Amino acid sequence: MLTESLVLSGVLFSIGVAGVMIRRNAIILFMCIELMLNAVNLAFIALAQQIGIEGHVFVFFVMTVAAAEAAVGLAIIISIFRLFETVDIRNFNLLRW
Amino acid sequence: MAFLDTIGYASWAVHFILWTPLVGMAVVMFGPAERAKELALGIALLVFAVSVPLWFAFNPADGGFQFTAAVPWITDWGIYYRVGIDGISVLLILLTTLIMPLAILGSFRYIVERERTFYGMMLLLQTGIIGAFVALDLFLFFVFWELMLVPMYFIIGVWGGERRIYAAIKFFLFTAVGSLLMLVAILYLFFKYRMLTGDLSFAYLDLLNVPLTFTEQVWLFSAFALAFVIKVPIFPFHTWLPDAHVEAPTPGSVVLAAVLLKLGSYGFLRFLLPYFPAAATDATIVLVLMVLGLIGITYAAWVAAVQPDAKKLVAYTSVAHMGFVVLGVFALTLQGVQGAIIVMLSHGASTGALFLLLGMLYERRHTRTIADFGGLASVMPVFATIFVFTALASIGLPGTSGFIGEFLTLLGAFQTHPWIALIGATGVIFAAYYMLPMVQRMWYNEVDKPENRNLPDLSRRELTVLVPLVVVMLWMGVYPKPFLERTEQTVVELLEGVERNRAPVRPRLGASPPPPMEVVTVDDRAMPAAVETSNTGDVVAELTEAGREGEARHGD
Amino acid sequence: MENFEPTLLGLIVLLPLVGFLINGAVALFTPGNKGVSTWVGPGVVGLAFLIAVVNFIGMFGAELTAPIVRSYWSWMPVGDLQVDAALQLDQLSILMTLIVTGVGFLIHVFSVGYMKGDPGYARYFAFLNLFVFFMLTLVLGANFPVLFVGWEGVGLCSYLLIGFWFRDREKADAGKKAFIVNRIGDFGLLIAMFMIFAHVGTLDFVGVFAAAPETFVYGGAVVTAIALFLFLGAVGKSAQIPLYVWLPDAMAGPTPVSALIHAATMVTAGVYLIARSSVLFALSPTAMMTVAIVGAVTALFAATIGLVQTDIKKVLAYSTVSQLGFMVVGVGVGAYAAGIFHLMTHAFFKALLFMGAGAVIHAMHHAFHETHQDWDAQDMRNMGGLKRFMPKTWIFMWIGTLAIAGVWPLAGFFSKDEIIWMAAAHAQGPFEVVFTLVWVILFIAAMLTAFYMTRLMILTFHGENRSGPGGRHIHEAPAVMWVPLAILAVLSIVGGWINIPRPISATPILGWIPPWHTEWLHYWLAPVTATADNVFRTRVGELLEVGPFGGGEAFWAAVAFMIAMVIIALTTVWLGKQERKPAVETPPYRGFAKVLYDKWYVDEIYDAVIVRPVVNGSRALWRYVDDGIVDRAANGVGSLARGLGWLGSRLQTGNLNVYALAIVAGALLILLTVVGL
Repeated sequence: MLTESLVLSGVLFSIGVAGVMIRRNAIILFMCIELMLNAVNLAFIALAQQIGIEGHVFVFFVMTVAAAEAAVGLAIIISIFRLFETVDIRNFNLLRW
Repeated sequence: MAFLDTIGYASWAVHFILWTPLVGMAVVMFGPAERAKELALGIALLVFAVSVPLWFAFNPADGGFQFTAAVPWITDWGIYYRVGIDGISVLLILLTTLIMPLAILGSFRYIVERERTFYGMMLLLQTGIIGAFVALDLFLFFVFWELMLVPMYFIIGVWGGERRIYAAIKFFLFTAVGSLLMLVAILYLFFKYRMLTGDLSFAYLDLLNVPLTFTEQVWLFSAFALAFVIKVPIFPFHTWLPDAHVEAPTPGSVVLAAVLLKLGSYGFLRFLLPYFPAAATDATIVLVLMVLGLIGITYAAWVAAVQPDAKKLVAYTSVAHMGFVVLGVFALTLQGVQGAIIVMLSHGASTGALFLLLGMLYERRHTRTIADFGGLASVMPVFATIFVFTALASIGLPGTSGFIGEFLTLLGAFQTHPWIALIGATGVIFAAYYMLPMVQRMWYNEVDKPENRNLPDLSRRELTVLVPLVVVMLWMGVYPKPFLERTEQTVVELLEGVERNRAPVRPRLGASPPPPMEVVTVDDRAMPAAVETSNTGDVVAELTEAGREGEARHGD
Repeated sequence: MENFEPTLLGLIVLLPLVGFLINGAVALFTPGNKGVSTWVGPGVVGLAFLIAVVNFIGMFGAELTAPIVRSYWSWMPVGDLQVDAALQLDQLSILMTLIVTGVGFLIHVFSVGYMKGDPGYARYFAFLNLFVFFMLTLVLGANFPVLFVGWEGVGLCSYLLIGFWFRDREKADAGKKAFIVNRIGDFGLLIAMFMIFAHVGTLDFVGVFAAAPETFVYGGAVVTAIALFLFLGAVGKSAQIPLYVWLPDAMAGPTPVSALIHAATMVTAGVYLIARSSVLFALSPTAMMTVAIVGAVTALFAATIGLVQTDIKKVLAYSTVSQLGFMVVGVGVGAYAAGIFHLMTHAFFKALLFMGAGAVIHAMHHAFHETHQDWDAQDMRNMGGLKRFMPKTWIFMWIGTLAIAGVWPLAGFFSKDEIIWMAAAHAQGPFEVVFTLVWVILFIAAMLTAFYMTRLMILTFHGENRSGPGGRHIHEAPAVMWVPLAILAVLSIVGGWINIPRPISATPILGWIPPWHTEWLHYWLAPVTATADNVFRTRVGELLEVGPFGGGEAFWAAVAFMIAMVIIALTTVWLGKQERKPAVETPPYRGFAKVLYDKWYVDEIYDAVIVRPVVNGSRALWRYVDDGIVDRAANGVGSLARGLGWLGSRLQTGNLNVYALAIVAGALLILLTVVGL
């Protein structure tokens, strides 16, 4: 059971990473990040069975942070969209060198 | 002196002199803007007044540190607020406290923007400089050493001339690069001391006795020396100086030339010689440094002679003067070192006065180009008199301070390095070659520019600024004994210490290098008994042993 | 021996300093006030002279054998270097003090008249007083550093006074040149001091000269080097080849300055230095020979230039250089008393000649000013026939001329012939040929002296007046100017009688002067030069009685006298017959005369070989080395860092995917290092 959970977690995380690296739509990127966070959550829960309550606690922390992040991140993306009328990240390179 | 005892002068004087400018900075920055300069002047004068009794309270017969104090600061790392004054620093502190009010008074008309910040920076600078002179804890020293950079950076960068940003950054980067290596060297000493004794200390006197192999000495010497030669500055690290001087406002130039440069040569005497005696007496190293000083004397004089900008000319003469300091210090003779200290003081007075004078001219004509002047002596006779006097003092006319310094440094250098002193003495000729044409083109000849015709002579305020410096130059030239005797004992002990631990005699350049792990015998004052070994293997074992202990303790 | 206590020794030096301070204050704050300067300026020097006389009389009776040293304060006490601010009174220094204050006083008085109309009157006296102060420090100093204070101090005053009329670029340039050239000599003196200290361990005259014979090997490299470096100092100050070039230019200063500084006192400091350090020179025959050669060549070389100059002061300037060459030969061959003797008589007659020339220039200047002629007031071609207008000056200047030409029984006859003879008398030992040559050269130079001085007199005072309309306005100088001339004229006559060589006083006609003056100066200076004389006697031998080509001192003196008379007579006849025109109508010199007139092009050669390369070299150092290499290297390091930063910044693409890739790659790398190990 543990192995399966960890493998699933790894697969999910990898999908998230690949998404962040490849996709250009900011919303999709954002979702990929959420996917990675949840993959980690899954790993925490799976391991909590063996190690102890800390895993559960961390999951709550991560969820809280993810929620905050979603709120702020989506707000930023919306305001960017209002400004540029696109969410394609290739258009956002103001901080380049 | 009884009076000084009753008020317990010795116990609080150093702290007062050190911290009052910093407090004053706050007062000036948050005080009324229209009173900023008077406030700053008042504070600087107060500091000067309090510092004057140092002259009397300082005991010339004691070569060690006086007015010492140690207060724990960051005890976890053995960092203390340790201060003290000895013969090397006492006169430099007095020079600083004298120059500061004069520089402030001299900038009354020059600085018209952001006065509060400016005078605040000047006072901060004073704390930094005095701090570096009195600090007896290497960490504290480094803090003050770096602290000086900040106000100077702003003084050049905010109130400077056209290329002020360039000059300020150049100044900052040069000095910072040097001091970073010094920091590494300080930390090396610190950790080595911890390895050997298990104690944490940045105290000057503790680290003084860390036994170092010759190779270690050479590396650490180089790290420290880089910081100091940049500050002095010695060819080829001098190019920041002309730029900084040209762009800096008058008071900035005055403090920079009169005091800041002295930190470098002070470092020679305070750290290089006593800390790394074997490296500092190594024939090759001494030769390299002396030759660089020599290049400074001759080369800078030549370059100075053809400068169209009077301020830049004087800046280059600083390089030449400091070359004499290098010759004197590394001659490692009493006359040489004493002469070097006199050159430092004399240069502070004469070059400081020259920059003040050029600033006063700038206030009148808004130019520093020599060719824009001419015939001023017939327009401003008093100004001309003081200028010519200062210029002559600067080139070492007997009867002024410059002569005493140059004579003693060269005489001292001649005892150990006759050929170098011989070439160095040509600086006497070149000094006339750079200074007299400038004097002539500015002050003599016909008044050929109409805008020079009606310049006002020195005002009372300007005279007040200049007269003390003129007095100092004359005093040191005619009766330098009080200055010499205050430094003598310290220098004697310094040289004795160097002599005890000097490099093993070996032929000059080209000879085979000494065995790499040669251990230099340590004098027995403060080192724990365990370290007093002369056998290489033992010391290494000792080091590793102590190191492990230290690590172990640190680990938990 | 009686006990002798110096009277107010410090005051001799101090008084001129006080005068400087008072006059300086007047010059700065109330420049119009001439009354104070008129009295204070000459007054302080006169007082100093009186004190010196009192001391001299005291010493006269006491017969001192050792110098009296008065230490005032400890000046540079550094370890084993102990230099006091101390004065030394001995036979040599009191003699120099008398000359400096005595002649100085007369020149100060003369200046009152000469500088009357000048706006810088007080400043002038301030500088002149300061000069006397430094000159006295120089001659009275009891150790080398104190001497050096005076040495550089007189150089400073010379600089300030040559460039006294500093609005004129040429004059300011001349002052600067004098200072810089002098500093080359000062460099030599500095090195000599360092060497002396390194080997003897003290810089006090008494200590150094007492220790020298034991410390140094006779003829050794060290003592030769010391002597030669000392001599370099003397060459600079006493305007010898190759550093003489500043002295003719120094004539840009007011004429009394030329009389005081550039004829009577300061330029003789080099001679004084050699006489003072006679022990060191006596120990090094090589150095002695060098000194003698340089002196002789200078004497001849300067005399040749003096032959054709048209500027009255330039003639006197080159004459001074030439006469200094004589003195240098004197001290160089070991005849220190003879050198000092000539120094003294030269101070009399050259000061006289300069001030006479000053009176002439003063008169010409006023005359041309009246008629608004812009003719050169110093050019002798514009003068002529002045004896009708200025009879007193004419007589005094003839006395000076006869004295310098070596006509018996005037001062120059005794002093100059003694030097010439001493060169012959020392012609023994390893450098016998050299000294013989020196003797011959001096003989020729002495003949040239007679010629160019007579020429000066004929051109200036005799024949028709060539001053154009200005001629009607030439007047004799006022009393304040001619009285000092008269006193110096008397001294130029009798000044030589204090030291008549024994062979001459034994001669029937020439020895007419009372016998107690015989070789007095020799006896007087004997305590100072005794050590040096001893060294010579033991190492080389007694002085010769017979010259290289036979004949004793009296014979050659008589020959020289006769030749001088013949030359003066011939010159008078020859030049008296020539037609002459004012400067504007005279064609320039041609041929060899032009080479001489242009001073053998030495200034031009120096300019091309030394001055220009130094200045251009400085410029090149600044442009190409300091800015081009050193600063560029420093800035290059900055640029390098900037370039590396630019390269690094290229990683910052702004593309989020790339950043993610970088993060992943980094994470994997860490993972690999942690796990993989």
